[in-house]
Amino acid sequence: MSAVREAEVARTPVRLPAARRRFADREGTLAWLFLMPSVVYILVLVGVPFVLAIGFALSDVTAGDPSYDYVGLRNFRRIFDDPVFWRSLGNTFIFTGVSMVLIVVLGKVLANIMIANFKGKWIVRFLVLLPWTTPVTLSSIAWLWMLDSIYSPIDWVLRQVGLLGKPGDLLGSGSNMYWLGEPGLAMASVITVHVWRLTPLAAVIMMAGLMAIPRDLEEAARVDGAGYWRRMFEVTIPLVLPVAAVAALFGTIFTFTDMAVVDVLTNGGPNNATQVLTSWAFFRGIDGGDVGQGAAIALFLFPILLAAAIAILRAVRRMEVG
Amino acid sequence: MVTTAAGYRRRYVASRVGVYLLAILAALLCAAPFLWSLITAFKQNRDLYNPQNNPFLFNRPATPDHITYLFQHTAFGTFAWNTLWVGVLVVGITLVLGLPAAYALARLDRPWAGWFGIGIFLVYLVPPSLLFLSLSRIVVAWGLQDSTWSLVLVYPTITIPVSVWLLIGFLKGIPKDIEEQAMVDGYSRVGAFIRAVVPLAFPGIVAVVVFAFTLTASEYIYALSFVSPTSQKVISTGVPTELVRGDVFFWQSLQAATVLVAVPIALVFNLFLDRFIAGFTQGAVKG
Repeated sequence: MSAVREAEVARTPVRLPAARRRFADREGTLAWLFLMPSVVYILVLVGVPFVLAIGFALSDVTAGDPSYDYVGLRNFRRIFDDPVFWRSLGNTFIFTGVSMVLIVVLGKVLANIMIANFKGKWIVRFLVLLPWTTPVTLSSIAWLWMLDSIYSPIDWVLRQVGLLGKPGDLLGSGSNMYWLGEPGLAMASVITVHVWRLTPLAAVIMMAGLMAIPRDLEEAARVDGAGYWRRMFEVTIPLVLPVAAVAALFGTIFTFTDMAVVDVLTNGGPNNATQVLTSWAFFRGIDGGDVGQGAAIALFLFPILLAAAIAILRAVRRMEVG
Repeated sequence: MVTTAAGYRRRYVASRVGVYLLAILAALLCAAPFLWSLITAFKQNRDLYNPQNNPFLFNRPATPDHITYLFQHTAFGTFAWNTLWVGVLVVGITLVLGLPAAYALARLDRPWAGWFGIGIFLVYLVPPSLLFLSLSRIVVAWGLQDSTWSLVLVYPTITIPVSVWLLIGFLKGIPKDIEEQAMVDGYSRVGAFIRAVVPLAFPGIVAVVVFAFTLTASEYIYALSFVSPTSQKVISTGVPTELVRGDVFFWQSLQAATVLVAVPIALVFNLFLDRFIAGFTQGAVKG
């Protein structure tokens, strides 16, 4: 065997001059060479704008007057004085918190369904993937039409089953629910769309986790006489927890920083009831032209996100070690 | 004994029925808005705008007029084309830059590789919502405002971090012996990477391509803040802004656009779902 290999090596011509070969084989240099392009790209287009964003937040730059003047924390004081900011912040937390819990729980259920064996799995997977793979503005448009104030098919069904439209009906005597017009319903609608859109992603992530659980572990627990719930709580859940945490992380980030759903469905309304930080920053910074304030609002997100991400990633690492 | 056997059988049948019911329910819940879009797309105005009509049925004959309208009288074709070429270029840039980076982190045994991997992932968490204001200034400074090229430039910042992270997973799944053998056969490290590792990682690379393309097609904030002329828009901004004139929604055409975009992407994604899951396991849990 080794004789054959030696013969092969001897036969194979050296393809590169010695100097270049040594260079291409030096792992330390090579690692940097391979990494550099990505690192530079990201430094230029993420690092620089990030620093710029901090600069803008401390300045009076507007679309009409782009000259830079340092104003300290004035932008922050102004946004803190604005009730809409606090409302957006609260909404952002409500949207993210409620959707995250629902996304993780429903994602686990959906993952279990998708790894089960049944006929027609392909078509079910295709339909389940739709909400996540479709560009979010387009799926929001589909929902916008579904929640239309006059032609909503949900309202039609409610009217047919006698819950809506006649005096004394459970959901009121008006002919429509105005899903996006009533503050409470509008929030529920936005949350529903977020959950609907991100649950398939969570399910895919958790499928990865469920498939990685060795079958024999469950079997062993079963043979040892552990019942369904005991197996669930002492075997399955601890093993799935790291992946569930990753799913939660993705869910948090995508909900926390999204504005497409809000923008298309309600445009922040009615009366800022569904305004979130991202849409508010866009409204102030781009539509309103007040770059400094927009940047200050947008920056407010970052420490919270960073803390959440580090906490979740650390928890995942600890779970893997333990 | 017979009764227990029958009991087992009954329980088995019940669980099978349960699986099918749950699967159908999940599929319907996920697809409901699209099914509703599909019905809407073919409806006549007089059918659609009558709240008395059963919205799930065709009360008047179906018509393809609104789909023809979408292609002939709106810029939908332009949006789709822009989304496509932006996506292809972005995916290309992502692979050219991301694949070597992932290889360096997965294989070249640097002590800092683990931390670097997490650092790159954290970049993915810096959201567009934080950067769009300053990036739009940079785009203006480079003279790319109102051009689709601005998106080609900026989108790799979203796709590179997450692709590197997934690719690390795929590359770690390839046995080291294969490169070692290639190097014994006279290839340099770079040669071994290009000729032995990349072909083996190909299925994983395709999964990353599909994922990165989906990300670029969905992006909204950058597309909305950098580009405003109709001819330069992509689907995610063009459809919601251009198919609504004032307060007039072209509902059937809008819904047709949604279905036309949603179905092909989901179909392709479904083909690579298992690959994607494999990459995710390795990238996420063993990263």
